[in-house]
Amino acid sequence: MKLPVYLGLLRKAEAILADSYRQVANGHGEEPDVHFLCLTLAKQCDAHEQTLQAVVDRYGESAPEDEPERLHAEGLSETRSGPLGLLRDLQDLYLLASLVDVTWTMVKQAGAGLRDEQLLEVVSRCDQETETQLGWLRTRMKQAAPQALIAA
Amino acid sequence: MIDRIADIWGTRTPYARGGHWPDRIDQLLADGVIESEVDRWVQSACVLCSNGCGLDIAVKDGAMVGVRGRAADLVNHGRLGPKGLFASWQGVSTKERLTRPLIRENGTLVETDWDTAMDRIVERSGKLLAEKGPLSHAFYTSGQLFLEEYYALAVLGKAGIGTPHMDGNTRLCTATAAASLKESFGSDGQPGTAADVDECDAIFLFGHNVAETQTVLWSRILDRLGGPDRPAVVCVDPRRTEVAQLADVHLALRPGTNLALMHGLIRELFVHGWINEEFIAAHTLKVEDLSAAVEKWTPEAVAETCGVEAEDVRRAAEIFGTSERVLSTVLQGFYQSSQATAASCQVNNLHLLRGMIGRPGCGILQMNGQPTAQNNRECGADGDLPGFRNWENPDHVNELAALWNVDPAVIPHWAPPTHAMQIMRYAEQGSVGFLWISATNPAVSMPELPRIREILAREELFVVVQDLYMTETAQYADVVLPAAGWGEKTGTFTNIDRTVHLSEKAVEPPGEARSDLSIFLDYSRRMDFRNKDGKPLLGWAGPEDAYRAWQECTRGRPCDYTGISYAKLRGGSGIQWPCNDERPDGTERLYADADFPTDPDYCESYGHDLLTGATVGPQAYRAMAPGGRAVFKTASYAPPHEEPDGDYPFRYTTGRTAYHFHTRTKTARSKPLNRAAPDAWVELSAPDATRMGVLEGDIVSVRSRRGEIVVPVRVGDIREGTVFAPFHYGYWDAGGSPDGHPRAANELTMTEWDPVSKQPVFKNAAVQVKRVAAGAGPSPAPTTTASRPAGTGAYGASHGSAGHDGAGRHGSPDSRSAYGNGANTGQDGSAGDGAIPATAIPATGIPTTGIPTTAIPTTAIPATVIPATVGGPDAEVQETFPLPGADGKNGDRS
Repeated sequence: MKLPVYLGLLRKAEAILADSYRQVANGHGEEPDVHFLCLTLAKQCDAHEQTLQAVVDRYGESAPEDEPERLHAEGLSETRSGPLGLLRDLQDLYLLASLVDVTWTMVKQAGAGLRDEQLLEVVSRCDQETETQLGWLRTRMKQAAPQALIAA
Repeated sequence: MIDRIADIWGTRTPYARGGHWPDRIDQLLADGVIESEVDRWVQSACVLCSNGCGLDIAVKDGAMVGVRGRAADLVNHGRLGPKGLFASWQGVSTKERLTRPLIRENGTLVETDWDTAMDRIVERSGKLLAEKGPLSHAFYTSGQLFLEEYYALAVLGKAGIGTPHMDGNTRLCTATAAASLKESFGSDGQPGTAADVDECDAIFLFGHNVAETQTVLWSRILDRLGGPDRPAVVCVDPRRTEVAQLADVHLALRPGTNLALMHGLIRELFVHGWINEEFIAAHTLKVEDLSAAVEKWTPEAVAETCGVEAEDVRRAAEIFGTSERVLSTVLQGFYQSSQATAASCQVNNLHLLRGMIGRPGCGILQMNGQPTAQNNRECGADGDLPGFRNWENPDHVNELAALWNVDPAVIPHWAPPTHAMQIMRYAEQGSVGFLWISATNPAVSMPELPRIREILAREELFVVVQDLYMTETAQYADVVLPAAGWGEKTGTFTNIDRTVHLSEKAVEPPGEARSDLSIFLDYSRRMDFRNKDGKPLLGWAGPEDAYRAWQECTRGRPCDYTGISYAKLRGGSGIQWPCNDERPDGTERLYADADFPTDPDYCESYGHDLLTGATVGPQAYRAMAPGGRAVFKTASYAPPHEEPDGDYPFRYTTGRTAYHFHTRTKTARSKPLNRAAPDAWVELSAPDATRMGVLEGDIVSVRSRRGEIVVPVRVGDIREGTVFAPFHYGYWDAGGSPDGHPRAANELTMTEWDPVSKQPVFKNAAVQVKRVAAGAGPSPAPTTTASRPAGTGAYGASHGSAGHDGAGRHGSPDSRSAYGNGANTGQDGSAGDGAIPATAIPATGIPTTGIPTTAIPTTAIPATVIPATVGGPDAEVQETFPLPGADGKNGDRS
């Protein structure tokens, strides 16, 4: 049973994403939509982490050393500035959110194999929101990219 | 004759459900002009609110000298509101008009000729295009131009330059109306019609102070309320507006909590089974999302979040759930507040749940603020693609490219259009270096004015301003272009219920002023914009050419104009689109067949996530297989982002007065209107005023994290803890800048916008209030309408507000309203009885003996006698009541 490895990965990835949203919110206060939405989405990640607790209570959670990390997704330590900096920061968030998204998918696969209704219900509550986060990041980046890359 | 400053809505003409709203022809001629001296009457419609009342302009000796409502027009049945009466020609026929172009030389604007001014624009434009490309250019237009002008601007911006940075003041007033309609129904397009007032059993007004925003529509509602089968009224508004006073249920909720209330109303419909399951199954999608989203919003939960009574939530929901025909209207209280699109979609959802759409009396009116906002949305000068086309649909982009004979790659469609606040951000950061502002005034109307002024003043930003007057914004321009105004040019425009009117040129513009259309065409010609065949991109000779091109652009689209020619608009009434071969007389209501424009190949938008604004995209949208069904869109409630706290303990909201339009460029130049509301004020509730020791008229500093205003207080009927300021007042008639006397409401507002509609959040901010000086008299706030002094509700005392048996309440057609009607008022605005000393804060009205006055009864406030807001001899308007069919103006409109 290696599901606890993925539950640990998922909780850690949600926590890193939440911190990174807050980092970008604070670093890009001049972009009010980015600022407020990143704060909202950070709270969503917090809620996902809490929701997972019920699953972790049943299956446990492995420490990362059970399957050592090779790709280190540590989150954003600081934000950049300017139009290009905003684009890069949003893109970093996108990578972190993608990691969360695909991890949810793997956990969902395990839940299906286990016929674990409770786990599947948790996944269905959270993975849609993660997908929407990706959708927003994509929408916002598509808007920002031409200006940042051509005119700024 | 009737004083239409004191009596804003004029004489009542009650009628019953299903009846014909009786005609009443309102007429005003300039002082000294009698009707027989008028040379000719020129057909037009009013541009001082989004109702768009049909009217005729009186012309004598080449000048506009009067207006008369058109009885045959389906919008107004002859009526005009105070702004239309007093600021139509009076707002443009002044000596202060710009008559020559101006250019900035050594920091100062100096007069020049058109060639020099246009050359300067073209030179900068060409240089920036060569150096940085189209993304260096932005256009910020208006809700006040004509359709032909928006379309010209859209074509030159999208196919000439190729910039996605186009928006208008419509972003501030009507973007959420468009967004909510696109989300729910797949395309913009007003479902209902003003005539739904005639047919309904209940009217819900969501954040819509119609008594002040569209006074003639309110007259129609008042006439139903005074008729034999009074519709129930439910009002959602934190202020005790005229609407609230007559409402059966007034939900005076905390600003910023609209969505929570809407969730509660919808939940009640589910709980009580007040839903049409057959309609839902056949014509909608995603009802399960909606029921899940509202699950926890019991009336008690709503009461706690919104600060209203749970019982009132139940009563309101019951009225919606059990009335046979409900009309809903929505405006800025929703559009300019938190979660604007989500809250406005919930209104659409209420109607979809009951299957109440497309039938008489079952209307949805997602309102507009400005008179021609609808055309900006249709034509795409606001960034959307013309004809309600979808920027994510390559076929739609190709259609436009074929129409304009240009390469589709030129037309910006790679990302959402850039909204106004983002354009300003790009200008702030320097990536936009060319900003052309037409017929609007962002230096007063946009949020967080200290920041906007800094942006407009940036050395690197080249600003073109095209306007009638030297506005606050024009002060920052590098080139100022004098534009022709209403009555000085020909064009069409479309009101809130899709009614298209032709407004004909009545007189020549002053000096060298030119129509906005001719200015745009001139720029396109000088820039040498060409199509693929090397012909001029915009080869139109005049407005009718532009209009015909527009008709072609709309063929087969939801806003089909192909059946509405200039000739068809002459005489008679305005016509409601779509109008084409199949519907030659236009279309009163959309969606009578419940067939919604959601087909993926046809829709204007694939929709968004309402919490974040993430686009749904073509793939997911197609997978939903909407096939003509409407979509229940919703989001979970989130509290406003700036809440009152220890430092800024009050909620701040902004809005309109009945006597002014936008930033007062026209209405303050009208003597009767300016006397009625001469200067800024803020409204505080009586309990708050008492607690702070603030008296009526005292000067207070209202401060947010962004700025400050210093203005007199009206102690009024506003929700405790909330402060209201009118947004009209800027500085063009007060020294040009806020120095020493900041009064513009937007000094305090936040730079924040709805994630979907991108409409700024004007109606929620946290502020502190401090008394800084004693007043020299009452505040200049009008004593009529929602700004009346606390506890002096005109209806409250003499008319009652509850119950459905309103017969006779508003009396016979020749009885006046309960307002002091100002008959036999004094001589002119200068008369005074000494009660109000002349101060920097002008007193309201004409303090002459014999005028009804109103004493403030609150003990904490001295018994200051506030003179009632009345007009004067120049505010006397003639009303006539033609008998049905008597004069041919009153033909069959059924």
